Amino acid sequence: MKTALSDLDLRVASSVNEALTILRDEKRTPIAGATDVYVGLNFGTLKPRQYLDIWALDELRTISTHDDKLIIGALTSYTSLMQSHIVAERVPMLVEASGLVGGVQIQNRGTLGGNIANGSPAADGVPVLSAVDAVIVMRSVEGERRLPINSFYTGYRSTVMRPDELIVAIEIPRVEGKQWFRKVGTRAAQAISKIVMAAVRSPSPKIALGSVAPTVVRARMTEQALAQEATIDEAARILGEEITPIDDVRSTADYRRRVSMNLLRRFWADTA
Amino acid sequence: MQFRLNGADVEVGAHPMSRLLDVLREECNLTGTKEGCGEGECGACTVLIDGEPVCSCLVPVSQVEGAEVLSIEGLGGNHPLQKLFMNEVGAQCGICTPGMIMAALTLPDDPTLDDVKTALAGNLCRCTGYSAIYRAVLKWKTNEIQRADATQEIQR
Repeated sequence: MKTALSDLDLRVASSVNEALTILRDEKRTPIAGATDVYVGLNFGTLKPRQYLDIWALDELRTISTHDDKLIIGALTSYTSLMQSHIVAERVPMLVEASGLVGGVQIQNRGTLGGNIANGSPAADGVPVLSAVDAVIVMRSVEGERRLPINSFYTGYRSTVMRPDELIVAIEIPRVEGKQWFRKVGTRAAQAISKIVMAAVRSPSPKIALGSVAPTVVRARMTEQALAQEATIDEAARILGEEITPIDDVRSTADYRRRVSMNLLRRFWADTA
Repeated sequence: MQFRLNGADVEVGAHPMSRLLDVLREECNLTGTKEGCGEGECGACTVLIDGEPVCSCLVPVSQVEGAEVLSIEGLGGNHPLQKLFMNEVGAQCGICTPGMIMAALTLPDDPTLDDVKTALAGNLCRCTGYSAIYRAVLKWKTNEIQRADATQEIQR
C-alpha cells in the first residue's frame, strides 16, 4: 500500500446517528465496502486521511417497498441486489447491472450507496438509477433531504452532497415500460465500462448513459425525439451530437459515440 | 483486535486501516494469500470472510473484527480441490492459484461450466488459459466422495 498507514485515522460508527454526529463534528470520508477507497489508498492517489467506517450499519441494508416506491438501503451490496426478489420484480435491469460489476469478490463488498457517492461516470449501477428517475435520500443531524439522482452530480466526480451528509437510501418509483441494459467493456466481467446504457421503453422513453460525459447523463434530446416519433436513425444522430465522450485509456471518443448510437438502435429494436 | 482465522482465534495489533492482506501475510505469517494488482481486478488475494469471497487487498482489517476469515492455509494442503489443481495442471506460476481455489470453494453443487466461469470471473490467470482450472473445479464439484472429504477438511 503506497499510503502511509501512520497518516491515516479511522473512526468506526456503530449506528447511523453516531455516524451523523461524527460527520457534523469532523471532516471524514465514509468507508463502506472500501472497493473504491482502497484502490485509491493502495496507489497513493487519495487525499483524505480521516475516514469513518460505516460498514457495520446494518440498518442501511434493508430492501423494502412503500406504496409504489422501492426503497434500497445505501449499504445494500450488489450480491444482495442480485438475490432480492423485489428488485428482480421491480427493476430487473438493476439485477443485470449488478452482475456485471467487477467479479463476485467486488459484488460482495461494493454497495449501491458507495457507487453513487464515488461519482464515477463509468459506474455500472448509476445509469440504471438515472433511467428510472431514482431519488437519493441523504441524511445529516439536521434531517433528511431527497434529491433526484439526475440533479445529484455537478461535474466529474463531484456531487451536491455536503460533508456532514450520508446517503442512507435510494428510492425507485414504479417503472412503467420495458427495461433494457447493456454494458460494453473489454470483457464481460471485471472490466470498467467503455459505454454503459440503461433505458426504459415507454411513450416517453428514458435513456441514461455512462462513460460518455463527465457524469452519468440522461439523453434528454434523444428521448424527446423518440417521444415525438422521430425515426431511429434521426434519434441516433441526435444522441451522437448530444453526448460528449472523450479519448482515454479505455476507449476513444469516436468509438464511444458510434457504439452509443448502435446501442440506441439495439434498445429500440429489442423493446419494439 | 480479534477475529477467527482458519478456525482459531487470533489477536492482531495492526493499524485498523491495514489491509487484511498485509495483516495475514506480515503479522499472521500466512503468505499463501498473494498480492496481484492491489485494485480488486485480479482476485489473487481472495479470502473468505464469513463464507463470502472478497479481495483482501481492499478490506481494512477493522472490518473483520469478530468475523470468520478463511485463507488458503485453512484448507490444510490436502484438500481435494488443491490436489485437483495439481493433477489437472490448474496451476503454472501459482500466483493466482490460492485466490482461484478460495473463490471456487463457494460454488453450489453441480455447477455448469458457466456457473464456474461466473464464480471465477473475478480471478485472472495469465498462464493456464483457464481450461485446466475449470476442469479441476468441475471435477471437484461433480465428485461426491471428494466433496464430502472437502467439507470435513474445511470444518477441521
